[in-house]
Amino acid sequence: MSQSTEHIENTRTVIKPPNPRFKNWKIVYRKLKKNKSAMVGGFLILFLIIVAIIGPYFTPYAPSTQDILNKLQSPSADHWLGTDNFGRDIFSRIIHGTHLTLIVGFFSVLLGGAAGVLIGITAGYYGGRIDSILMRLMDILLAFPSILLALAIVTVLGGSLQNVIIAVAISSVPVFARIVRGSTLSVKKLEYIDAMRALGASDARIIFKHIFPNITSPIIVQATLNIATAILSASGLSFLGLGAQPPQPEWGAMLSDGRNFLYNAPHVALFPGLAIVLVVLAFNMLGDGLRDAFDPKTKE
Amino acid sequence: MFKFIIRRIIQTIPVLIGVSILVFSMMHLVPGDPAQIMAGESAPKEQVENIRERLGLNDPLPVQYFNYVKDAVQGDLGNSMRSGRDVTTEIGARFWVTLELAIYSTVLAVFVGLIVGVISATKRYSFADTSLMIIALFGLSMPNFWLGLMLIQWFAIGIDLPSWVPFINDTSWFKPSGWGSFAQVVLPVVTLGTASAAIIARMTRSSMLDVIDQDYIRTARAKGVKERVVIYRHALKNALIPVVTVVGLQFGGLLGGAVLTESVFAVNGMGKLIIDSIRARDFPVVQGTILVVALLFIFVNLAVDITYRYLNKRIDLD
Repeated sequence: MSQSTEHIENTRTVIKPPNPRFKNWKIVYRKLKKNKSAMVGGFLILFLIIVAIIGPYFTPYAPSTQDILNKLQSPSADHWLGTDNFGRDIFSRIIHGTHLTLIVGFFSVLLGGAAGVLIGITAGYYGGRIDSILMRLMDILLAFPSILLALAIVTVLGGSLQNVIIAVAISSVPVFARIVRGSTLSVKKLEYIDAMRALGASDARIIFKHIFPNITSPIIVQATLNIATAILSASGLSFLGLGAQPPQPEWGAMLSDGRNFLYNAPHVALFPGLAIVLVVLAFNMLGDGLRDAFDPKTKE
Repeated sequence: MFKFIIRRIIQTIPVLIGVSILVFSMMHLVPGDPAQIMAGESAPKEQVENIRERLGLNDPLPVQYFNYVKDAVQGDLGNSMRSGRDVTTEIGARFWVTLELAIYSTVLAVFVGLIVGVISATKRYSFADTSLMIIALFGLSMPNFWLGLMLIQWFAIGIDLPSWVPFINDTSWFKPSGWGSFAQVVLPVVTLGTASAAIIARMTRSSMLDVIDQDYIRTARAKGVKERVVIYRHALKNALIPVVTVVGLQFGGLLGGAVLTESVFAVNGMGKLIIDSIRARDFPVVQGTILVVALLFIFVNLAVDITYRYLNKRIDLD
């Protein structure tokens, strides 16, 4: 490149107006940073992710090691959260189960969210008959209470953690589809989309380059809150014996084991439940904060 | 209004058809031969054939579906593989148990949720507001099956109280299982209603705050209308409109949540029936119960839409 063209390139970068989208993210980040509850939620999630990754290397016991002589022990210095009916260390099992819970939460929302976004954006963008058909299909899925739909799917597929992810994902598709369709409809009406079309941009280009980046905020908020509900549904299915199979240290399944010992060892059910509450709480706090931060009505 | 109701009812028809197709397909989507699964792995061939014949599994799929819908419309949802009884009879009494559980929980949730929401909104950013909203966030984040177990531990098995507490020795006030008496109903209703109460409280609070900031409320205050009248007559009435939708959705959620609650408290309702039938691979009962719950949910949503429209005539639902 000759010196003169390089100079022109440089001037071009200098006079380039700031990307409004980037500016918006900065505002969102600033708002989020001021929201204590959201920050606590965010750090909790970060902490849990770290625990899920490195925690298993530092637990005092292996999650499946049985010690029948020491079964149903109350919390002590040896076993911080006590032992279960097989003498397994509950603290170690909870740490080992963290990644299962997070994986189920993330993947079911990723799968369900991706499908929902695709359906919602297609319905909203093309409108007409495609919209009617897709949204009626979503109405059918919405006609089932979500845990019941997940239950029906797991019944068909068979009980396993993988199938729980699929079931919870499917039951979250219509929620995403509806939100994304609504947002797509409002963005589609904007003049610059008409301008893009007039310039001859293809549908795919308009959808992915111009509509999708403008509807990410409701998707991010919904995804965060949905991870919370996905974790609740998935642990519920495992509690019913339709998800994780023994001896997997899944929290819902651990709780289910604990229900038989409420009289003499209530801690077996107490701690896995508290762990679920902590994770769900963290995602709800961050989700609430993100919703406020993305809302242009809330002040910085 | 009448036209709207008719149109809304017509709109539910495709959903009803879709739901029936989905529920019907359940049995056919299971990998393997449904008759073999129901009979058990080691069942003799004749028995499997017998089941196949009895369920009409030899007919072409469209014929099977047509027969399923024809029978279902007449209230015949097939026979249970376990007990041999009518699925409709199996659901019968259990339907009312689940409906009762869901209605009581909704009433509790609306009552508690509205009070908490209004207090929070009128005392915005106060200690009471912050604490109530933190409690609501916890209520929303608790798995109801865990809450149920904890309530059993605290209030059915009970905790021994120290001797200086007068009159009561422990907290074993309620029963841990069953359905019918007051002592049996309290814990499942609280378990199922807590999350909904939290959601309604948050919704009421934000909806009230939206309304309170509006001009007509300021005008009412400027005119010297008493604060109590401003809050209850002017603000709450309008703030309730979005809350109605949430209550409707919650009712549906409660029908689903009843599956877990009934399982924790051994309440013999539809939720427990579904779980027991899934474990026994009793497909006709699973299908029938899911169909009934979905129908109930659809009709509740229909009623909510109509109420919403009635409350807020300005809204055009098209």
